[in-house]
Amino acid sequence: MSRTTLDLWVGIFVAMGIAALLFLALKVGSISGSEIRSPYTLTAHFDNIGGLKARAPVKSSGVLVGRVEQIRYDNERFQAEVVFTVDGRYKFPVDTFANILTSGLLGEQYLGLEPGGEEKTLAPGETIKKTQSAVVLEKLISQFMFDKAAEGEPAPAK
Amino acid sequence: MGGLRKLGSVAIEVVWQLGFIARFFWLILVYSGQSFTRLNLTIRELYFSGVLSLLIILVSGLFVGLVLGLQGYEILQRYGSSDSMGTMVALSLLRELGPVVAGLLFASRAGSAVTAEIGLMKVTEQLKAMDMMAVSPIARVVAPRFWGGVISMPLLAAMFSTMGIFGGWLIGVVFIGIDDGAFWSQMQAAVDFRYDVLNGVIKSCAFGVAVSLIAVFQGYDCVPTAEGVSRAITRTVVSSALAILALDFVMTSFMFRGL
Amino acid sequence: MSDPLVRLENVRFAYGERTILRDISLSIPRGKVVAIMGGSGCGKTTLLRLIGGQEKAVGGQVRVDGQDVATLGRDALYAMRRRMGMLFQFGALFTDMTVFDNVAFPLREHTELPAELINDLVLMKLHAVGLRGAARLMPGELSGGMARRVALARTIALDPMLLMYDEPFTGLDPISLGVIGQLIRRLNDALGASSVIVTHDIQESLQIVDYIYFISEGRVVAEGTPDEIRHTTDPFVHQFVHAEVDGPVPFHYPSDDYAAALTGGKA
Ligand SMILES: Nc1ncnc2c1ncn2[C@@H]1O[C@H](COP(=O)(O)OP(=O)(O)O)[C@@H](O)[C@H]1O
Ligand SMILES: [Mg+2]
Repeated sequence: MSRTTLDLWVGIFVAMGIAALLFLALKVGSISGSEIRSPYTLTAHFDNIGGLKARAPVKSSGVLVGRVEQIRYDNERFQAEVVFTVDGRYKFPVDTFANILTSGLLGEQYLGLEPGGEEKTLAPGETIKKTQSAVVLEKLISQFMFDKAAEGEPAPAK
Repeated sequence: MGGLRKLGSVAIEVVWQLGFIARFFWLILVYSGQSFTRLNLTIRELYFSGVLSLLIILVSGLFVGLVLGLQGYEILQRYGSSDSMGTMVALSLLRELGPVVAGLLFASRAGSAVTAEIGLMKVTEQLKAMDMMAVSPIARVVAPRFWGGVISMPLLAAMFSTMGIFGGWLIGVVFIGIDDGAFWSQMQAAVDFRYDVLNGVIKSCAFGVAVSLIAVFQGYDCVPTAEGVSRAITRTVVSSALAILALDFVMTSFMFRGL
Repeated sequence: MSDPLVRLENVRFAYGERTILRDISLSIPRGKVVAIMGGSGCGKTTLLRLIGGQEKAVGGQVRVDGQDVATLGRDALYAMRRRMGMLFQFGALFTDMTVFDNVAFPLREHTELPAELINDLVLMKLHAVGLRGAARLMPGELSGGMARRVALARTIALDPMLLMYDEPFTGLDPISLGVIGQLIRRLNDALGASSVIVTHDIQESLQIVDYIYFISEGRVVAEGTPDEIRHTTDPFVHQFVHAEVDGPVPFHYPSDDYAAALTGGKA
């Protein structure tokens, strides 16, 4: 009977499969690096979130500190409400500034946190008061063109 | 008019078949006890569907990775971001190509073999003989083959992706000369364990269930003749491919909606 | 012997619309060997499957050892089948196992016996059919006659009370044919079992059975002991007996078998 060799092969097969899964989890997916530990939730309101999506990174000084959980429209304030989690190791002052930024010129958008100077820190579930909306490229361009036009037009008129 | 009627009858046939498969699936689950209490039954099937598929999976994974590396480099360097090659190769393999291509290969390598084996057992009345010996063919023959496939598939898909990433690394780092550190660190920064790796594994598990179910069902349900078996094998490969692609579409739209 | 082991009463059976058996009543007394004869496709295999509970009669009753087969649940049916053995027309050996493992299969599935005891039992059964030396062969390496004897050994592995043989003589050379015939009789008597043989081979059957039923058009058209059959004036039986006796004996059967296989396959 070749039962033992068959068992051996299956053992090798399963071990290889598990090794591959571990490789994908640890080396490729870096299970530890992207993990956010004991997260707490914060909320911020924006006039315009631009292209921000759920699961977008939350960064402070360029370091990943959390992720956007949920985006919805607040019909009472007529604003976008962004709920995001922050790693429990990091605390931010109550006067922290929340910006929607773009990595590079056309890259993905993320939530940037700029700490203020207060002693008191944001407790879980609290809302960030100071926010700045996303820069919308179309608006920027039309503004720029409008300014140019305004610059150039008055001269011959005067 | 005739066309419409034909379409109707085909639709009824499909629904009927689906109901039958669902009932068969239920029976397999009910009779699965033996597959785990008598582990050597399942180990034997792991050998036939897993170990014997190993070679084709590893070789194909490597080639897919090599091609992804070449194509990815060609495209990425236009935007000056050839460092992201690792990211591109890893994400395409983990999310889509790993589970899907491994699933397609698995269906044609192992699925068809399972269908042929069960079909031939039916033709030669082995299943009926077993039933007359008071041994349930579903418990003894079908369920272990089903579980063998279900367990093999995610392992094979993971090995496929690993080989693919290795292929991408060969092209990128060894042949083109991208910095080794940049290759891995960019990849690690972009690949999320839960979102990319785990979703890929979930996909491959779903494909494993679908392919194994189709394979054992086609074998068990085949017309017990040589021609019937050959048709059943064809049906296994074709409907597995369709099931994998359709499931992939549905699961992708649920899993990766946010981005 | 009071009540028979198997009794069919006015059994009717149809595959969908096609009625195969119209009105069959027969009984298999305990300890006897009974033959059921009829042309190809007349429903002989179907009859065995009704007794084994793989098909359910549309009308009438099939009683085995006092139980109505049609009313048994799955567990009760499987319990009953453990005491039955069926030899399939083409042996139906498990092609992925050795001869030894084939014969050991029912023992391993249904008993908790230790490996040495199973080993001894299997060798005993193989010895009974004269194939102890073939234990390590695969089914593909056996001739037709040997395969059928191995299947026979597997069938008797659990010492069944009822043995069913589906065309045990077809496709065999005359020597193997005689061997199988003698085995059927000897095993029946040694096990104290009862046997049903479904066949077209009247010559072989007349020598070994206790009672014969003839089936045609879904009905029992004649019956009797071998002596009664030999001297009958019944035109059907007469023709049946004569057609077989006059021809070049063994060479007719393979073609009959081929026809049976074709009609069986089409359905
Ligand atoms: N599963 C089935 N479905 C439909 N018809 C069948 C099936 N099995 C057998 N038949 C038909 O029933 C008839 C009797 O078959 P069978 O009992 O195998 O005949 P025999 O064994 O006497 O040659 C044949 O005409 C065959 O075509
Ligand atoms: Mg028959």
